[in-house]
Amino acid sequence: MKQTPLHSSHLALSAKMGEFAGYDMPLYYALGVLKEHEWVRAHCGVFDVSHMGQITIGGEGALAFLNSLTPSDFSKLKIGAAKYSVLLNDNGGIVDDFIVTHSDEQSYFSVINAGCKDKDIAFLQSKLPENVTLTVHDDYALVAVQGPEAEAVLCQILDITDLAELGYMKMAAFGDCYVSRLGYTGEDGFEISIPNHQVDILWNALIAHPSVKPIGLAARDSLRLEMGYCLYGHDIDDTTSPREADLEWVMAKDKISAFPEPTRKRVGIILTDKGVAREGAEILNKDGQKIGVLSSGGYAPSLKQSIGQGYVPVEYAVEGTEIQVNVRGNNIAAKIAQMPFLKPKTKITSKTGK
Amino acid sequence: MTVKYTKDHEWVKLEGADVAVVGITDYAQHALGDLVFIELPKVGATYKKGAHFAVVESVKTAAEVYTPISGEVIEVNKGLETDYDLLKSPTDGWIAKFKITAADELAALMDEAAYQTYLKTVD
Repeated sequence: MKQTPLHSSHLALSAKMGEFAGYDMPLYYALGVLKEHEWVRAHCGVFDVSHMGQITIGGEGALAFLNSLTPSDFSKLKIGAAKYSVLLNDNGGIVDDFIVTHSDEQSYFSVINAGCKDKDIAFLQSKLPENVTLTVHDDYALVAVQGPEAEAVLCQILDITDLAELGYMKMAAFGDCYVSRLGYTGEDGFEISIPNHQVDILWNALIAHPSVKPIGLAARDSLRLEMGYCLYGHDIDDTTSPREADLEWVMAKDKISAFPEPTRKRVGIILTDKGVAREGAEILNKDGQKIGVLSSGGYAPSLKQSIGQGYVPVEYAVEGTEIQVNVRGNNIAAKIAQMPFLKPKTKITSKTGK
Repeated sequence: MTVKYTKDHEWVKLEGADVAVVGITDYAQHALGDLVFIELPKVGATYKKGAHFAVVESVKTAAEVYTPISGEVIEVNKGLETDYDLLKSPTDGWIAKFKITAADELAALMDEAAYQTYLKTVD
């Protein structure tokens, strides 16, 4: 199995390790999943996400290339600003979801899913025009620092004061490190792209801070699920269109009509009765007929309820619609719910909130 | 009364001649982490030895609990419906009581010493 540069640190912390996308990764540490989740919502957690891919698409044709492969329009994205989008295959299905940062005049830095890394790189290379370059940053690790105390913690550790000026979905360079104010938890926080040989210094400083706990992939999943974020390979894949995935907000207005009107939609689901429904559980209408399958699901520690996501025919994709989910043969009452399930606390700096 | 153990980390002990009390071990609870839901069986349901009769769920996973002995559920621990930590109690942490017909099924299970030895062989 592959390892990140922080692998020995996870072992030293006695993390419960498990395989994720070919990497031996920490699933949880001494606190346990539930308390790790709560710690991030209340304080600050640090995640090793170095298994994710880091790439830069550069060159004269980089902007046009990105615009051709995504349903978004990157032409108004300012230098230093980031935008969430999806890479699309020739059928309009989602190859991967990613955040693209306009890092330099003709350069776009992006973090791609660990499980999609090889596929994405092969896909991009197969489409690469002559005036575009693709650089893979295997020499960089990635650490996420998330939670309401993230800004204060990072200012102390990096010994800087101007992080407060860094807006949501913005990136700044500090020496060889690139700090972006974004994340996968719905909390204020940062992702730090840092050379492999420096990452243990940052990691050790972070976990030594009294406000910080190391957080594993299990809590990363429950945190993102509460925000209704997609997990690639589960909530979106090569067969889902961005419109079906309820990702019209990432699409340029003039590109939406090129995609057929969806007949099914990704929705949020809250269990109104007791139980926990997980990925693969059947979604039924009130009469007990199958209308879909949960693409993600689990217990939401912040809500003390179980939640999920799944695709249902559009006529059911209305907030408040009463449905059921089947768990081990029992039908549990549930309803279609607005996502995010929990109000995000990401730092909003612009009036549009984008 | 002596307690017996399964390889799946359930414990069982006899109350009188024909009632078996069943729960899960500290090891199982530690492996699961904080619980968020427990699905209890229905009183009156009958199970064959090795059948799953309850489910304990943590944030990360759902674990089926198998009955170490055949029988009919005569009582469930109602306290577990609201207090999952109760499962940790050495005296009140049982899940269900079964009326059993084949007490000899217990003979094949591990005793305390054998279970402790077995734990050393699992991660």
